[in-house]
Amino acid sequence: MTDIKHHLTDSLLMAYSAGTLPEAFNLAVAAHVSLCADCRATLEGFDAVGGALLDEAREPLADDSLAKTMALIGQGAPAVRQIRVDPVLPGPVADYVGGGIEAVRWRPAGIGVRQAILPTSSSATARLLHIKAGVAVPDHGHRGTELTLVLQGAFSDEDGHFKRGDIEVATEAVEHTPIADTGDDCICLAVTDAPLRFKSLIPRLAQPLFRI
Amino acid sequence: MSSDQGQTNWPLQMEKIRDARDEAAFAAVFAHFAPRVKAFLMRSGTDAAMAEECMQDVMATVWHKAHLFDPSRATLSTWIFTIARNRKTDMLRRDRRPEPEDLTWGPEAEAPQEDVIALQQETTKLGQALAMLPAKQRDLIEKAYFGDLSHSEIAAETGLPLGTIKSRIRMALDRLRHAMG
Repeated sequence: MTDIKHHLTDSLLMAYSAGTLPEAFNLAVAAHVSLCADCRATLEGFDAVGGALLDEAREPLADDSLAKTMALIGQGAPAVRQIRVDPVLPGPVADYVGGGIEAVRWRPAGIGVRQAILPTSSSATARLLHIKAGVAVPDHGHRGTELTLVLQGAFSDEDGHFKRGDIEVATEAVEHTPIADTGDDCICLAVTDAPLRFKSLIPRLAQPLFRI
Repeated sequence: MSSDQGQTNWPLQMEKIRDARDEAAFAAVFAHFAPRVKAFLMRSGTDAAMAEECMQDVMATVWHKAHLFDPSRATLSTWIFTIARNRKTDMLRRDRRPEPEDLTWGPEAEAPQEDVIALQQETTKLGQALAMLPAKQRDLIEKAYFGDLSHSEIAAETGLPLGTIKSRIRMALDRLRHAMG
């Protein structure tokens, strides 16, 4: 948790705080933030910007607003989702899998690589990748932005060495061939924007727009 | 905004809601925040009727989740903003909104009072800085949060003093981690 070297960009964290990212990207951000105290602090800083914006404007309420809210409260709290604790999958990912790492339904995706697509809205795709130790993943030619969060093992590519908790933010311009370390198999959460959609938005989001 | 923050001890009101299910304390929180939540939702593009309904849902969540409010990590404005934003995502997009694992489980770590006050002060400063930004820059930040601006149009420098808030929150997170440790 303490030696994460590859972080999210401020613009991605701000867009997550504002609530404007596609669901799959939200998942990658939430998963990284679950493992990274630095990015969590930055995110909560951006939330404070949202709080300051909330403070600014007021709108008159309906006459029976408070009474209706109290009635709503009287109906009881919605069921709290059970927090899944898993040594590999951070809570938000385990939620999408519907269980721990053993519950993932892998499908072959080339030599030494398996994948499992997670159910998100279609504006972007989230999948778990299982790469056998020592295997190289051929450049899969993503067109937009790809976020790759390491959950187990490690991989290296032209951008550096990525271990559990590290996230690689790769834009269209990046040509990369990740190679899993020898030793442990590598498990990653990989998120890409679907071809043609968000194509213009997401690559820009990946740029470090905010200097803080 | 800053005068409201100064007059009411929101962490104390939230404690009363959490510990005593105090309806008077909730009415005070409601009177202050409900009109703001409704305005926030309308600025995000919902009509008045939907914003009213959604706001009631947000405020009911404030009651039910009062035990999750940590005043050393967020002011009440910030915390309620996150609830309203999540509800907005559910409502407008029908997406799920994945949230980071919560750190507030484990042995309860009561936040030191001076941390709570310091975070309030930093947040007030942030609000003032936001209000004093040049109109064009301010407008861009608002649009980013209300979702009708491509982020590429935002200037590289926001000029917002997030640094101190971030280190303040970082300290609160470290305290929680130790408590869980």
